Amino acid sequence: MASVSMETTAAVKAKATQGSKPGRFAPNYWPFVIPALVVVAAVIVFPWVFTLWMSVNSWTLGQAQVFAGLDNYVRLASDLRFWESLWHTLLYTTLSVVAPLVLGTLAALIFDAQFPLRGILRGIFVMPMMATPVAIALVWTMMFHPQLGVLNYLLSYIGVGPQEWIYNQASVIPSLVLVETWQWTPLVMLIVLGGLAAVPREPYESAEIDGANVWQKFRYLTLPMIAPFLMIAVIIRSIDAVKSFDIIYAMTQGGPGTASETVNIYLYNTAFSYYDIGYGSAMAVVFFILIVALSFILLMVKQRANWSNGEAH
Amino acid sequence: MPSSFINPTRRGFLAGAAVFGAGSMLGVRVASAAVDWKRFAGTTLEVNLVKSPRSETLIKYLSEFEELTGIKVNAEATPEQQQRQKTTIELSSGKPSFDVVHMSYHVQKRQFEKGGWLADISGFLKDPSLTDPTLVESDFAEAGMTFAKDSDGVLRSLPFSVDYWIVYWNKALFEKKGLSFPTTFEEMAVAAEALTDPATNTYGFVARGLKNANTPVWTTLLLGYGSSPLGPDGKLRTNSEEAVEAAKLYQRLMTKAAPPGVSGFNWAEAQSAFLQGKIGMWLDGVGFAPPIENPEKSRVVGQVGYGVMPKGPKAQAAATTGDGLGVVAASQKKEAAYLFCQWAISHEMGARLLQAGAGVPFRQSVLEDQKVREGVKMPAAWLDAVASSAKVSQLALPIIIPVTEFRDIYGVGLTNMIGGADPSAELKNATAQFEPVLARSEG
Repeated sequence: MASVSMETTAAVKAKATQGSKPGRFAPNYWPFVIPALVVVAAVIVFPWVFTLWMSVNSWTLGQAQVFAGLDNYVRLASDLRFWESLWHTLLYTTLSVVAPLVLGTLAALIFDAQFPLRGILRGIFVMPMMATPVAIALVWTMMFHPQLGVLNYLLSYIGVGPQEWIYNQASVIPSLVLVETWQWTPLVMLIVLGGLAAVPREPYESAEIDGANVWQKFRYLTLPMIAPFLMIAVIIRSIDAVKSFDIIYAMTQGGPGTASETVNIYLYNTAFSYYDIGYGSAMAVVFFILIVALSFILLMVKQRANWSNGEAH
Repeated sequence: MPSSFINPTRRGFLAGAAVFGAGSMLGVRVASAAVDWKRFAGTTLEVNLVKSPRSETLIKYLSEFEELTGIKVNAEATPEQQQRQKTTIELSSGKPSFDVVHMSYHVQKRQFEKGGWLADISGFLKDPSLTDPTLVESDFAEAGMTFAKDSDGVLRSLPFSVDYWIVYWNKALFEKKGLSFPTTFEEMAVAAEALTDPATNTYGFVARGLKNANTPVWTTLLLGYGSSPLGPDGKLRTNSEEAVEAAKLYQRLMTKAAPPGVSGFNWAEAQSAFLQGKIGMWLDGVGFAPPIENPEKSRVVGQVGYGVMPKGPKAQAAATTGDGLGVVAASQKKEAAYLFCQWAISHEMGARLLQAGAGVPFRQSVLEDQKVREGVKMPAAWLDAVASSAKVSQLALPIIIPVTEFRDIYGVGLTNMIGGADPSAELKNATAQFEPVLARSEG
């Protein structure tokens, strides 16, 4: 049985090697590829080509479509509201990545230790992650209410005056990030906890013999070993935060004024409230290019985290 | 023996008489016999509605229409924002999936007209086999007909429900300070400031401060200065002296007499604050009496006054928005669809709308019907405010396609004013931003 299995494996390997050479696909392989090609063309290629096409047209729903060349892109370059929304997106994304990353790592270190009721507490801790964003947004909106909200009521007990939270242009983004952090810190905690589970004990024993304190053990042992896991958390959180829409839209609709208007919100308003499809498409194209650039940078950084060097094993 | 209208059974006759009698007692009239309601029996209509207490009332009594006409109705009610997107996308495709569309006049009127999306129903209104003789243009509030007709005077829809902006005022707070309801803008501002006491968390005034939602508050004030955002020549007059004065008043009320955080308030937050009994006046649409008078939601039951908008320096005006029902131009069932629209805005459905506090019909005959008024559950002062507002009604927003952009752009300026920005500079900036948008839309 074993020899048959080895022969079969060898045959498959040989075929795969043969097939991987350029121009060596047998014609009878293609029918198997076609369904995937059709799906990719329909759900990825066509929408993108169509978006590109719309971005070079002036098209408002209900009115005639006119070819506009690069007019939409020129308009975008001088649109202060777009640049402002880009800054809001950057700020919101950065804060929404850093805060859960720090708190999630801290939580993982706590939950990695042994203490009574650890399992139950960890279960409670991950609950926000399971809630529906719009439901979360509605609850937090009421909690943030300057007169009726529970947060100001609680602050009054520690002698802090009422805050305006999402109802003030200066504090709206940090307040939204607070909600985002509350919901997504558990995700980071779970990822880091996975990393901590794979960390060997021996280096810690050596460090203790050498007289390393808690901080030194964390800085020079734990952190390098969980770095690849932190990178995964950064990538997941960055992708999630940059496309964040539901919580912002449900809580502030980009306001007060445009103080929390991210590119997603502005894009949505342009395309689906102003029905300016051409301009909205140009915005989508530019935003896509920026996201691809960001992803590229993150992947480069991830490579430097030396996942392949086996430090985490 | 089967019962029919021509040859009724004894039981059928008694049941019919009982329904007629009960209807009369409630101020409800039965549908006109002159209209051939069964003409399109067997037809199926697709109706697209905005989810609201008004559409819920229609859906609740839909079976009556189906029984009356033999027309099957598939009604879909979606939330306002989504409904606006869906209808615009479908109508612009040329092949909408519905025959009847429910629209917000103050947002969609011009867009629908320019797109040619609504059928001309002028002929239907004149056809006695299709139209109840009581349904005449003169029965509608003036604003209703302004909304329903296009720029060439062609009837494109039937006005369904109107929303006047009124002032809800807390009588207990006014009495405590020895104040009476203001009759002018200046009195309103002075009273609002006098009622404000941050130490007790009491504020004299609240209105929408959130971008977009706040623009009608400013335009409402602007009407009192004898102006409006758009002149008769179609040019913007949003940085005129009157516009700046109205913006200054908005800023004064929202910074000196409104609760902290008001720049992020939409109507929901304003309502929550008012229901707690710590707000002197709340300026908003007329449809909030049901929650105010609901003891489960409100701490101000029985102590709220309903006032008509005070006089401005040049005029007294109740800003008006509204919604209507139109027959889609691409529909193959226009007459059947028209029958549905007519039923929806009929005297009996209007009475139900008003009596449930779900909306205010545009038809004056409903508002003036004593039997209908007796069945209204809201306070008499509310009904009086509605009737008085109808007399000074003026459109709250300009009839243009980019209404949302108008509200967004000026709304940002107004929010900035709450933060202390100069009203004149903000309006100048907003006008410079909006002018090209308006030019593009009409170009």
